[in-house]
Amino acid sequence: MESLALLFASSLNAGTVLAIASLGLLINEKAGIVNLGAEGMMLCAALAGFATVVHTGSTLAGFAAGMAAGALLAAIFGGLVIWLNTNQYATGLALSLFGAGFSAFAGTRYVQEKLPEQMQFNIPLLGDIPLLGPALFRHHPMVYVCVGIVFGLIWFLYRTRAGLVLRSVGESPESAHALGYPVRRIRLMAVMAGGALCGLAGAYVSTVYTPLWVEGMIAGKGWIALALTTFATWRPARVLLGAYLFGGVTMLQFHLQGIGVDVPSQFLTMMPYLATIVVLVLISRNPTWIRINMPSSIGKPFYPGA
Amino acid sequence: MLRLEVRPQPSKGWGYASPLLALAITVVIGVVLFAVLGKDPVRGLQVFFWEPIKSSYALSELMVKATPLLIIALGLAVCFRSNVWNIGAEGQYLIGAIFAAGVALTADKTTGPWIVPAIIAAGVLGGMVWAGITALLRDRFNANEILVSLMLVYVAVQVLNFLVYGPWKDPLGYNFPQTKTFEAVTQIPRLMQGSRVNIGLLLALAGVGAVWVFLFRTYAGYGQLVGGLAPAAARYAGFSSRKALWIALLTSGGMAGLAGALEVAGPIGQLTPYVPAGYGFAAIIVAFVGRLHPVGIVFSAILMSMFYIGGELAQSRLGLPKSITGVFQGLLLFALLACDTLIAYRIRYIPAALRATPSRGRSLQTGQAGSAAPLGSVAGAQSPVVSGSVQAGQE
Repeated sequence: MESLALLFASSLNAGTVLAIASLGLLINEKAGIVNLGAEGMMLCAALAGFATVVHTGSTLAGFAAGMAAGALLAAIFGGLVIWLNTNQYATGLALSLFGAGFSAFAGTRYVQEKLPEQMQFNIPLLGDIPLLGPALFRHHPMVYVCVGIVFGLIWFLYRTRAGLVLRSVGESPESAHALGYPVRRIRLMAVMAGGALCGLAGAYVSTVYTPLWVEGMIAGKGWIALALTTFATWRPARVLLGAYLFGGVTMLQFHLQGIGVDVPSQFLTMMPYLATIVVLVLISRNPTWIRINMPSSIGKPFYPGA
Repeated sequence: MLRLEVRPQPSKGWGYASPLLALAITVVIGVVLFAVLGKDPVRGLQVFFWEPIKSSYALSELMVKATPLLIIALGLAVCFRSNVWNIGAEGQYLIGAIFAAGVALTADKTTGPWIVPAIIAAGVLGGMVWAGITALLRDRFNANEILVSLMLVYVAVQVLNFLVYGPWKDPLGYNFPQTKTFEAVTQIPRLMQGSRVNIGLLLALAGVGAVWVFLFRTYAGYGQLVGGLAPAAARYAGFSSRKALWIALLTSGGMAGLAGALEVAGPIGQLTPYVPAGYGFAAIIVAFVGRLHPVGIVFSAILMSMFYIGGELAQSRLGLPKSITGVFQGLLLFALLACDTLIAYRIRYIPAALRATPSRGRSLQTGQAGSAAPLGSVAGAQSPVVSGSVQAGQE
């Protein structure tokens, strides 16, 4: 039981990374933009966050640096995609390749660096409940902030006028434009917000989740986050559940090794990637279901007056 | 204020000039980067653009690296032109290398030279199998090929690790995670003494011709192009989009597998965890920079090979991390995408005085912008009827 509680706790932690990034991508896609550059943004943000913590010692500053890095890269992507009408897939791919290369290049000197000792978090009283305490109440604050982001996003998307405008831009940019909304500026803001969230997730990985920096350390989490938005049929709450599920799959490998399951470790490492494929297959096999839920202008460029 | 205006026809000239302009932009950023890092920019440019071509040995090394890039990118060109987004060529390359290694490991002292074609065939098969998974899941279950093919890269890496850490580990290899060195007979035949260039280069050049003929001179290739450019037209003409999907993925997977086989039985000579060198991803850039045209890809593969060699030299000569190659690769693709805007659009300067009138309806000279005329005037109007009709007109 104790180990189950720990598995649960580590799943929440791993899921938080995926959830934050995936919520960012959800904002993009609600505005009609697919950003395949998530992996690259997360890598650069992971490095920016790590380097900031090394120099300042403040994890919060690290998060801020990661968000800034993510938003900056997203702004470049957005400028190309929204104003120059470049292909979204190709441009996102360019961002992923560039981010991987740039973070590896700029991060060489940080590979051996260590971060200051981490604080242990424990909510008083609640954290002392047997089983439930370790499972739910001894997490880094970001785990709870992530849940907050989900509720915030639900409120924003479905209960505010700004959220309605954002969704209308994703469903029919022509109509939004005809109504006088600055479609391109709204899309850029959405892209940058998404980039900032991906950046936050990246910085969380390198400063809290696995506090170190190595080349390519995001290891496909950005791509899994992309798959999650489809899996969740573009609903924030389902993104969170899906992320915890994937976190569980990721963590299961360590627990299976721990209890002595005799499977080569490489097959366990494969599991999150295989799970992503399986989930994509299951969710995509009904095209109508996807079409109903998907923002309808997704991936399509919009250029007013052209 | 500058704004973009749709050209009546895509510009042919910019189609050729855009990659060159993109390269120029990348070089300028590179020079700035060298200067910022306190390195002599001239030396930096030398390392990337002169050293790789200055001697016959350097040229042959340039070809060794260009060969896999060229082969993979040719396959990707077919794929991307069919509007199928296979970005998992790296995984197909790896599985091709693994299949090829599987055959190569069966060789012993008595094996004849027939093993080489078998190795190559195994590599192609491996790549096709791996890409076939993506095709199957896309075809049967509508699963996004971008994500599936990419996830399969991570899976392929783990398959490789499993083999070299487990069943295929060389028992006499001091516990290093690698297979034994393949028998000499499995070596892909070299073209000449004293250089590592092998018949892979000839296969690649034959591939250039084959892809050109397929895309531009065969009915099946024409179907791929139409399906990529105008899916609705292709459907109307009776071209099967499912067939196009399979052809695209099996071609690009097979080519990537071929590159993997040539690499593992050629310059590498054994299976190690370092077989994945990012060629599958770099080839995406090669394909785009080469305009998805077989001949253009020859040039862009050589350019990308220069980036690889330049990166290695930058490490040994200038003390810069080798990963500078990745930075330049990414920059080049960014610059290319931005420059490509000039193919379909031109930049117009609109004086501020004219902007007082609604600028949205300004670029109306072209036929397809016709529906934008009411758009400019009704902007801000709240009539759902009007906006609905505008939307219909836009499509």
